[in-house]
Amino acid sequence: MSIILDHISYVYGGDTPLEVRALDDICLQIPDGQFVGIIGHTGSGKSTLVQHMNGLLRATSGHIYFNGEDIYDKDFSMKKLRSKVGLVFQYPEYQLFEIDVLSDVCFGPKNLGFDRKEAELKAFEALRRVGLPMELYYQSPFELSGGQKRRVAIAGVLAMEPEVLILDEPTAGLDPKGRDEILHQIKQLQTETGMTILLVSHSMEDVAEYVDRIVVMNRGRILYDDVPKKVFSHYKELEAIGLAAPQVTYIMHELKNRGFDVDTSATTIEEAAESVKKCLQITAASS
Amino acid sequence: MGIVRTEKLTYEYIRRDEEGNVEGITTAVDQVDLDVEPGEFIAILGHNGSGKSTLAKHINAILYPTEGTVWVDGMDTGDESKVWNIRQTAGMVFQNPDNQIIGQVVEEDVGFGPENMGVPTREIWERVEESLKAVGMYEYRKHSPNKLSGGQKQRVSIAGVLAMHPKCIVLDEPTAMLDPRGRKEVIRAVRGLNQVEGITLILITHYMEEIVHADRVFVMDSGKIAMEGTPREIFSQVEKLKSLRLDVPQVTLLAYELQQRGIALPDGILTTEELADALCGLAGGKGRIS
Amino acid sequence: MLRDITIGQYYQTESLIHKMDPRVKLGGTLLYIISLFFFRNFWGYVAAAFFLGLVIRLSHVPFRFMVKGMKSILFLLLITVVFNLFLIPGTELVSFWKLTITVEGVRTAVTMAIRLTLLIIGSSVMTLTTTPNNLTDGMEKMMKPLKVFHVPVHEVAMIMSIALRFIPILMEETDKIMKAQIARGADFESGSLVKRARALVPLLVPLFISAFRRANDLAVAMEARCYRGGDGRTKMKPLVYQRRDRVGYLCILIYLVVSITVGRL
Repeated sequence: MSIILDHISYVYGGDTPLEVRALDDICLQIPDGQFVGIIGHTGSGKSTLVQHMNGLLRATSGHIYFNGEDIYDKDFSMKKLRSKVGLVFQYPEYQLFEIDVLSDVCFGPKNLGFDRKEAELKAFEALRRVGLPMELYYQSPFELSGGQKRRVAIAGVLAMEPEVLILDEPTAGLDPKGRDEILHQIKQLQTETGMTILLVSHSMEDVAEYVDRIVVMNRGRILYDDVPKKVFSHYKELEAIGLAAPQVTYIMHELKNRGFDVDTSATTIEEAAESVKKCLQITAASS
Repeated sequence: MGIVRTEKLTYEYIRRDEEGNVEGITTAVDQVDLDVEPGEFIAILGHNGSGKSTLAKHINAILYPTEGTVWVDGMDTGDESKVWNIRQTAGMVFQNPDNQIIGQVVEEDVGFGPENMGVPTREIWERVEESLKAVGMYEYRKHSPNKLSGGQKQRVSIAGVLAMHPKCIVLDEPTAMLDPRGRKEVIRAVRGLNQVEGITLILITHYMEEIVHADRVFVMDSGKIAMEGTPREIFSQVEKLKSLRLDVPQVTLLAYELQQRGIALPDGILTTEELADALCGLAGGKGRIS
Repeated sequence: MLRDITIGQYYQTESLIHKMDPRVKLGGTLLYIISLFFFRNFWGYVAAAFFLGLVIRLSHVPFRFMVKGMKSILFLLLITVVFNLFLIPGTELVSFWKLTITVEGVRTAVTMAIRLTLLIIGSSVMTLTTTPNNLTDGMEKMMKPLKVFHVPVHEVAMIMSIALRFIPILMEETDKIMKAQIARGADFESGSLVKRARALVPLLVPLFISAFRRANDLAVAMEARCYRGGDGRTKMKPLVYQRRDRVGYLCILIYLVVSITVGRL
């Protein structure tokens, strides 16, 4: 049970001078239940990559296996794949169209052939999971705030009960608090359901706290694929491609350079604070 | 008198239900007093819905106050005969880069403002050239805006405003839709305008790292000014910022966490160097300990 | 898929045709199209194709790019040909089942196909070599006399140029919304006509909402940059005829005389 990408390349605008190699020989394995961050700046190929995972884009070469089946086989149902691999696009609130929140969230399950009652049950469950207050369920989605709209849109995909949830920049345009709320909710969803989650982002700081693994994309290739601590240790290389490690990483390295014996692999403020405190205590004790 | 001044500025709008009956009145901006000196770099912070964008639209005479007054370079925005002078004095850059570029070619878009103002042709070309150079987009002058990155599009928008020779530029969340690289490009460009050309900047944002270099910061919450001060003064109040749904840079946050753990650090640390220096001081002034 | 449409798109490069006054190109295209309807024999079309080929060479726009634009109207072309082929009465050429192909039918169908192809490629040369702003400037200036009759010439030109600017943006947006709804299990491709029309609702509602939001944003942004209609506006690129434009007009004139003379022999 996993997604395997085997030497995937995607080229568009082929045989013109404007040919673009958006993905270049990507090999990637996503095991069940993992929380993966896919990081890269605009144009690095990260959005293109995830659109391959539910068959919206078709690779120019290479194979994709979902739970062991080749999704490019003739008798493989793309519709089934899309119900198993849910994809939430960037600014997903722009896809809302129904007269009330509940009906909009029902759109997915209904397309999968569930009757109204079943669809509504799934919609209720999904809306509960994204933490939208109950009194908003029968309101027009267009009257909600930006953060609430985004929750509705995520619920719209969750209601299809996918095994894998992919979110493309789910926090774009939200304010800091709104961003934290959404990320917490996604993490909670992952711990509660054990769902596989892929979070596409351009911000290391956003994902550092939450994910098990980070895949760094640059110019259509995978540059690093490791646990966050290991990836951040390449902070200088990351900076060279226009990405930055969390500020904490820089602080800890600066302190280390100045002779403090701190743990440079700290990725969260908590870890960093503990490490600095310990270091200061040792210094105090020894002098 | 300041370049932008507001006195008891209040803006209310009426909410209506589907039948057009009045549901209630929302006060988006509530009794705001603001006084911006020429050449200052002002940052206005606030979460989504705090009223900061509504406030910004008053400076460009796109919205008019329900109560109170706004003066731009001494002109009252309520005076209809001055509208075009005001909009020329205080240019505005908006959030969505796609929805404010009118021209099909970069240079034509930058020329749009001066054309509207009736600037003679030869001078338009001079202004377009200098504006594009000021934001580092001159080499893209013949490009189609659709092919540019978000950061580049925003720099074109800034050049478009700059070509109108404003005294003040209001930027309404210019980086909210950009990636970190684009954000840096835009902030670097506007800081340059402030420092080199002496243009007054009013930057509206919710990204903390963008305001570090501001002269003064205003934090808005439910239409009112909740905090005011230098970046250092603002950042030293970590708890208050959190309660206003805002972020604090990680350095400041780390210093705060260390304070909480009983380590005597000064308030409002803004950069990595400051933190390292302060910690070195604590470790006996020796710097190197190992 | 939607990115393939090139009609109304500008191809950026440096060329004599690009630099030419839009009025020459507009007038030229108009006269060229009219000329296509004057020919009585095959030689007129040869002359027209030759002239078009020459202009394309001068424009430095790859020919492939223009043919791409043809793809989207291939269907229209096919229908025209089929209708002409079967529905024109005259001397019978072949007959099978209930259909008869006549000599006149073949002749008209071939003429129509050539005419349409030349017409489409001819007008895409104009749009590919002229920025929409420039094009609307040209139209505005050409139609200026109509202002006397209270025709809002400037406003119409402005509306057109903005529409052209937003076409690629809205197309990209359509693509995105479509993909997002497909990811939610929407099906735009199968089912009856009614079902397919219904399936468009989840696409059209968000698209319209987005278009209105963009229009509103743009209006505010334009006013913020002191836009207040055409009065008192100056031009960054005012239209002044150069030597090359006079030569352009002369070339069109020569083309007209030659092609019509040859075409009506």
